[in-house]
Amino acid sequence: MKILTTSFLTCAVKACKSSPLSFPLHYKDAELEQSDIAYNPRFLINILPRIDWDAVRVTATELGFTVPEEKPELPALDASSSTDTIEPADEKTLRELHTLLLETEVREGKLVCGNCGHEYKIKEGIANFLLPSHLGEFELFPFCFLH
Amino acid sequence: MARLDRHDPIKVAVTLENYLGTMLPTPSTSHVNSDRIYEPAEDSFLLLDTISSPTESAFLARRFAHNLEVPLVLEVGTGSGVVLAFITAHALEILGRTDVLTVGVDINPFACTATEQTVMQACRETSHAMYLGCLNADLSSCLRHGVADIVVFNPPYVPTVELPRLLTAEDSNLCAEIDAFEQESRLLSLSYSGGKDGMEVVDRLLDELPLILNEERGVAYILLCQQNKPGSVAQRIEDWGRGWSVEAVGQSGKTGGWEKLQILRICRIGVDEALGRRPLLH
Repeated sequence: MKILTTSFLTCAVKACKSSPLSFPLHYKDAELEQSDIAYNPRFLINILPRIDWDAVRVTATELGFTVPEEKPELPALDASSSTDTIEPADEKTLRELHTLLLETEVREGKLVCGNCGHEYKIKEGIANFLLPSHLGEFELFPFCFLH
Repeated sequence: MARLDRHDPIKVAVTLENYLGTMLPTPSTSHVNSDRIYEPAEDSFLLLDTISSPTESAFLARRFAHNLEVPLVLEVGTGSGVVLAFITAHALEILGRTDVLTVGVDINPFACTATEQTVMQACRETSHAMYLGCLNADLSSCLRHGVADIVVFNPPYVPTVELPRLLTAEDSNLCAEIDAFEQESRLLSLSYSGGKDGMEVVDRLLDELPLILNEERGVAYILLCQQNKPGSVAQRIEDWGRGWSVEAVGQSGKTGGWEKLQILRICRIGVDEALGRRPLLH
């Protein structure tokens, strides 16, 4: 699972969704693996507006990476605009983001919700968000509580 | 899909050639274990044909051209991964750009593993979208609200007396101890059993759709069969209000005018668009 995935994930427990503590989920005992992915500055620049920078900083720190304090501000690129005009300093940041968000894979470990404390296991690169029956099914069958 | 005119052989040849010329290769799924994972079938291929048809790809390319933010494609219930791999590998032809993110979700952990492999194999050579991964989850439960720009769903739509019990965290822990045959048939059954009218899982996804879809650009493709009563599903979406439009954009299995499978395209429409025209239902 790529680290970028963390930007889109939250706790699967419905009651947690409204809590700011449920994002980002926190890594625990993460075993990382580096993969080789073609560097694509256009993709990185155009994904930046979708990324919550404070959350990325939390995730990076947990995994032992460092990212700049401020989100790099780069104008979005359409298919025809050249990527040659990127400043060397921005290029360096983009390469670092490429390594952290796309090339770093979490193979084993856990993702923990900061609100309810539930731990989601990651095995062989696949995160398991299936809830234990007492957390998941009451949303569908509230009467379970009566038993 | 191209319509063939059987009375004009020259036209047939030309149309067929155009059609074959635009056909994109289908990802290989030879590694998929069909005892516990839904294998690509007519419904999967209808999704591929519809999404890559000239009209739909033109629609999508137009919709995602003016905002440069990377769009995110979510496939719910990837199964073999054939649809997600196809969209990832052919993002340029379908969406007119390669800075696209794709992600899959399946409740069956074996389907997640199969999807990873299918996507990797399909994306080895061509320029392709960025594949995030496949998550083992129930529908869109683990995703933040509003993240999906395109949702693709080939649901368990077959009407069945009972719905198999959904997988829970306990099942994952017990996986090795459960009788393999019993477990496999339950996993397979989850991929097609739709409960009453085949609509029980579709209904749950429809409830999640307004939450998960991007508020401006969101589009969903949902495949239904005749027993799901696609007409009344479309009517329900029309009743969501002026911010939505729904259209049947693909069908197959016509026998005597009876369409077996249908794909509904459910769209968010902007305020201006909503004032300018009423959503059309064909």
